[in-house]
This record gives sequence, structure tokens and C-alpha cells, in this order.
Amino acid sequence: MLNPSLTTRKERIGVFVCHCGRNIAATVDTEKVVEEILKHPAVAHAEDYEYVCSSPGQGLIEKAVKEKRLTGVVVAACSPSLHENTFRETAERAGLNRYKCEIANIREQCSWVHEDVENATEKAIKLAKSAVEKVARNEQLEPIKVGLYKKALVIGGGIAGIRAALDIADAGFPVVLVEKNPTIGGHMAQLAETFPTLDCASCILTPLMSAVVHHPNIKLLTLSEIIDVKGYIGNFHVRIKKNPRYVDPDKCNLCNNCVDVCPVAVPSEFDEGLSLRKAIYIPFPQAVPSSYVIDLDACLGMNPIICGKCADPDICGPEAVNFDDQEEIIEEDVGVIIVAAGYELYNPKNIGEYGADKYPDVITSLQFERLLSPNGPTAGIPKRSSDEKIPKKIAFIHCVGSRDERHQPHCSHICCTYSAKHALLFKELVPDAEVYSFYIDIRAVGKNYEDFIRRVQEEAKIRYIRGKVSKIYEQDGKVKIFAVDTILNKRIEIEVDMAVLALSIVPAPSIEDLASKMRIQIDRNKFLQELHPKLHPVESATSGIFLAGAAQSPKDIQDTVAQASAAASKALGILTQERISHIPTVAKVYKDYCSGCGLCIPVCPYGAIELVNGTAEVNEVVCEGCGACVSTCPSGAIDLKNHTDEQVGIMVRAVAGEI
Amino acid sequence: MDAQFKPHIIAFLCKWCGYAGADMAGTSRLKYPPSIVPIQVPCSGRIKMEHVLKALTNSDGVLIAGCHVPSGCHYVSGNFKCLKRVTLLKKLLMQIGINPARVRLEWISATEGRKFARVVREFTRELEELGPLNLAENSGGNRDKRE
Repeated sequence: MLNPSLTTRKERIGVFVCHCGRNIAATVDTEKVVEEILKHPAVAHAEDYEYVCSSPGQGLIEKAVKEKRLTGVVVAACSPSLHENTFRETAERAGLNRYKCEIANIREQCSWVHEDVENATEKAIKLAKSAVEKVARNEQLEPIKVGLYKKALVIGGGIAGIRAALDIADAGFPVVLVEKNPTIGGHMAQLAETFPTLDCASCILTPLMSAVVHHPNIKLLTLSEIIDVKGYIGNFHVRIKKNPRYVDPDKCNLCNNCVDVCPVAVPSEFDEGLSLRKAIYIPFPQAVPSSYVIDLDACLGMNPIICGKCADPDICGPEAVNFDDQEEIIEEDVGVIIVAAGYELYNPKNIGEYGADKYPDVITSLQFERLLSPNGPTAGIPKRSSDEKIPKKIAFIHCVGSRDERHQPHCSHICCTYSAKHALLFKELVPDAEVYSFYIDIRAVGKNYEDFIRRVQEEAKIRYIRGKVSKIYEQDGKVKIFAVDTILNKRIEIEVDMAVLALSIVPAPSIEDLASKMRIQIDRNKFLQELHPKLHPVESATSGIFLAGAAQSPKDIQDTVAQASAAASKALGILTQERISHIPTVAKVYKDYCSGCGLCIPVCPYGAIELVNGTAEVNEVVCEGCGACVSTCPSGAIDLKNHTDEQVGIMVRAVAGEI
Repeated sequence: MDAQFKPHIIAFLCKWCGYAGADMAGTSRLKYPPSIVPIQVPCSGRIKMEHVLKALTNSDGVLIAGCHVPSGCHYVSGNFKCLKRVTLLKKLLMQIGINPARVRLEWISATEGRKFARVVREFTRELEELGPLNLAENSGGNRDKRE
């Protein structure tokens, strides 16, 4: 209605009715369809054929287009999901624009579902007419092409972000790697050994960390956060806030003098609070970048009357400590983004009945990981925080907060296997220890995991008890555990020296903010939502933004690395192109009708519309053509190309039998 | 009630779910009445209520099939947009004396061919009971009784 220039008067449409052997012809009188459709004023040619999709069938279309000077083609055949592309290519070969070809689905939605020939034929005619009316009004469209920045942004410097950044950088494209912490490495750097092979985590991770910092194609920004992301696939503009480190990593020579003189000690994040670090510190010796950092919240301050000891030239010879370091806003133009924002453990304070925040010997799995680590607070021999004794009786509790509607409904995926690893490593260190493992189900799904669990259960003689723990408390130096053994159906009360909680894996709280900045969806458990769980597992709903690692769902290192490489290869698929193609069936604004009310802006799931000089403007590269804005616009000022209001209106009349 | 009355239904099927579900009914060779004629739309959120009203002037009932809520929509939230509009439209229909049951919104996934066929059969039966709408011929005289 808004586009009166489009008329069907000059159109010469050809209609090709397929028999599909007997699939269509048994129920639809194809000759009758041809006869009836020829009465339509826009139809210049119609014929039926046994298999229109066959080579001779397609030849009929090409011949008719050329000989009868057809301006459009309707193929009345099977569902467009099967052969729409086939016939559009045929139309292109015949010299038509691919959008001047439409399918009338007279098989899946007609001949196969109806039995009465007369009714089915009548319906097939309506469907063909509706397709004729549509194709007559279709615009000739070409795919939209845009240039792109051949650079990637990777958010998160854990193993996922490291792997993705290295893959892209190794392929020859520049990468900006943004990490909010002072070092890259993520949670993997905290681990002692990794299941099921028991490789030392540091031994396989730190060479990759070092490769990142030395890679000529990687720009590493630690202590940095994303402020905002604008733009679209190929053309993202990102603002990054780089917080001050107060130590120049280029000058710092890791002499440790500053740490020695610093008078302030606070709990170490890297050791999960089990040891102390100074206000000037390096998270762990192999941290990258290899430099100290000042925690300004803990630091007494640069005023020499108060402290400022670390900045003394006698202490810091290279004068690396710089209290004047400022926060910096860095702007980057990138073509693709990989989000690998990682995970956190569910806060144990939320599970009051287990008392992890009250009792010193009820600890989290990551704390236990630090206790097992040779560079951890106890040099690899787990000891109780309360009395420094090596526990002789220990219990591992699975599914703490996971698979629990009161806390986190999802399965954290890795706890069964890492709890088995903890039990095994502990048993090797303390062979006479009694080890219990409380589980709901054992979910050890991964290559060689089942063998690993079996080895733990049988060789290490870990006592697996199927049942949920109801309460834990510590009294007189003993940790009491109350549970139900759901196999023997009896109550259990045991006393141990230490209890380790396999807490649920949850996304970092900042993920919601990050997701909303990038227009990525989050799922019910607040993990990043992939575009499709099977077919697009690393793509987000925003084209050009990919997902990797535990921010998408809890996963082990193997799956994380696989997903990171998958995301990198998808990203490279874009970066290696000279121009990006995009579907042209997008929304279009008729500016004369637009009142600038802006109602279309919030309904667009892609942020493709903005007001420019008081009227709406569609960014065609971002628009996915859903039409939500079209049905929202109160003035009828937006329409969807090749699915216009006029087309829908006329199709309604056609299927109603009015035409 | 006219025993011979066969209701005419216009269906708006979203490309990703409803239309694919209808295709699935076809590939499974499930049978349903031929009185329904589909129009493919990119998303249920694309459907203007004017389209539904327009369809009602030419039919006895309108079926809209979109992707399952909450997270089935290919375009994130078009299904919710459609749900809101249909809810509003049904109120309007009631006010102008048209039985809101003549507009039926269903979430039908690409695998739910069986559901699509069942919905068409059910909806056809319901409309047979409601009788013809005839809005186009008789704007006012033959509307549904007020609920």
C-alpha cells in the first residue's frame, strides 16, 4: 500500500506445477491448476511436468523465461525448505533476479495431507495464486555487502580466551585480548592436576600464557573491562577501560623487594583466601604479564608519611612502581568478538546448612585444589586451616548447589570427575586416609572418564555413598556430616576431619551486564545462550559474536579448548573474507511516513534501528528481517522487503479465494 | 446449524517453527481438513493484527503458529510480541461481537507435525460449531453472540 510504484501490470509470471511423480499428481489435478492459474492476469505461462526439479524440468523453466520474456517464476512443488534455493538458482541462470522466484508448497502442505482430489486441487490453486501475487510484487534484491575490520576481540583470558586468541593470531590476524584480572590464566592456573590424565595444569597452561604475551599479533590488555560495544558484524567499535596497574611491567624485574617491604597483607584471591598476599603482589609466580600490581583498596597510599615504601628507589631499582598510573580508555575497531568470560563457584554462603563460611575445615573444591597444588599455601599437602593437621578422614560432597531447584537447577558437568580426582590425589598423598564421596549420580561423560572413575572407586578404595548431605557442622575439631544413603535407605552420620564442597559452576555476576552490552541472550541459568544448541553451538544471536568456554555452559578443559578453537575458526571464516554478505530481505523505512516515535527501536532484537534526524533508520547489515518493527510501527512507515504489508494483504485475499 | 458447513481457515505460519511443523505433518502423511490455507511469515512477531482482521473478513477463523515460548523464537522474542498482540486482539474481537476463539495462537515446533495436524482438526471442529463468520458479506448482522 505504501509503495504504489510496484504494480503487477507489467509482470509476466510463469507457473510450473510439479507432479513429483505421484506424490502431488495423485491428489492434486495439476492440469486443472495450470488451467486455472492461466486465467490470472499476471500469468503469462503455465505448465505441469513430472519432476520440475530434475534437469529437464529446470530446463523448462529456463526456456520459458527466455522465450516468453517472463519476469518471475512460481514453482508449485514441494516445501521451499527443499528446493527454493534450487529453483532460485535456475531463475538466476535464466537471467532473473533470485527473488523473482517463489515456491507454492503443494506437496507437504497440500497433497500429502489431504485425500479428496477436488478440495486439494482447489487449495493448490489458491496456494499458487498467492505465490503469483507475492512474486509479482517482489523487489529484485542483491545480497548486502560490507567491508570489515580484520581484527578480533577476545574477552576473557582463561584457557578459552587464550586458545581462541592464539588460534586467530597464528592464522595471521591481530587480536585484542581483554582480561579483567591482573594476569591471564583464569581458573585453570589454580588447578593442581587435570583429569583424567593427571597432567599438571601449570605445565600445560603456562607455555600458552607465555605464547600470548610474546605473540606479535596479540595485544594483551589486563586489568581491563569492556565499557561498550557498538556496531555490527565486521564493524564493531569497542571501548575498553584499562585500570591502572601502578607498576610498569616493562621495567619490573620481579626482584620481590617491594613485596618484602609492603606492610599490608590481605587474603590471596589466587589461593582462594587460604594464604595472604601483600597490597603489592604478583598473583602467582608465572603470572602474565610478569609484573607486580598494586591493589589500591588495600594499599596504604603513596604518601611517604603513611607508606610509599615500595616506590622508594632503593627498593624498586628500575623505578617500576608508578603511583601516577592512570586509568586509560582504549578504543578498538574489530570485525569479530569472542566472549570467553569464564565462570565462578556458587557462593557457599547461600547454602547455610553446609556452613562453608562458618567452619574452617569445610572448604570449597577450588580451595582444595590449591591445597593439592605444589605451589599452593601448604606446598601440595592438604592441611586443615584450623590446626594445620593433615586430615585422616575426608568427605567430598558432590552437587553442592547444582541440580537443586533451590539453588542452581543445572548440572555443573565437571564436579563428579574432579571430585574423583581430588579423592585419588589425596589418597596417594595420605594412603591410610578414609575417603568418602557423597554423590547423587555419577556423571562422568568424557573420553576415558568412566575408566578414571572406576580406577578411583576400585583401586583407591574411595567409599562412594549415593545420597544427599542434609547438614554439616564442625564441633570440637570434627566435621559432622548428616546424610541419607539412598541405596541402603538409611540415615548416615559420620565424623570427618575435612569436608570438600563441589560447588555449582555459575557464570560471573558481570556476565549479564556484558551480555546486554553485546546483545547476547542469556539462558535461565544465566549462561550465555548460543544461537542453536546443535547447529550453531559457538555463535551468539548477534552475528559476528562467538562464545567459548564455561560462560556458555559448565564444561571441562577439553571441551573448553575445543569450543574455543571452534569459535576461533568461525571468527576466521569472517576475518578471511574481503566483504561480508548479508540477506537483503530487511526492513525499510519510508521516511515521509515516519513520525520519529521510536517504538520500533526497543522491539528490534538486534538494535538495528536508530533515530537519525528525527526519523527511524535501519542498519541493513544488522537487521535479520524478522519484521517485529513492521508490525509495531503505528504509522505503517516501516515495511519488510519482499514481505510487505501489501504482499501479506494480497496473499490473504488469494488464499481466501477472492482472487 | 448447517451440517454441510466447512469452515475456511487462514493460517499464518512462522517460517522456522509453525511452517516447518506443517511440513513435518506432510512428510509424516498425517491427514487434516483441506479448508486451511497457509501463508508463510518470517516470524509470528511480523504479523500485524490488521492482517488477522483482514483474514477474518475472508474466513471463519485464523490460526497463528509460532515458535515455542520462551526461547524457541529464531528472532529471540517475536513469539512474545505475537502473544501480546493476539491477547489484545481477542479483547477487541469480544468488544465487536466476534468470538475470540476464532483466532487461535499455537506454539508448534518444526518437529511437531502431529500437533499441527491435531490443532487443525480441533480448530476446524470448533469453527464448525461456531458456524460461518461472513464478515465481508454482512458486517453486523451475522456476528457471533456476545460471550
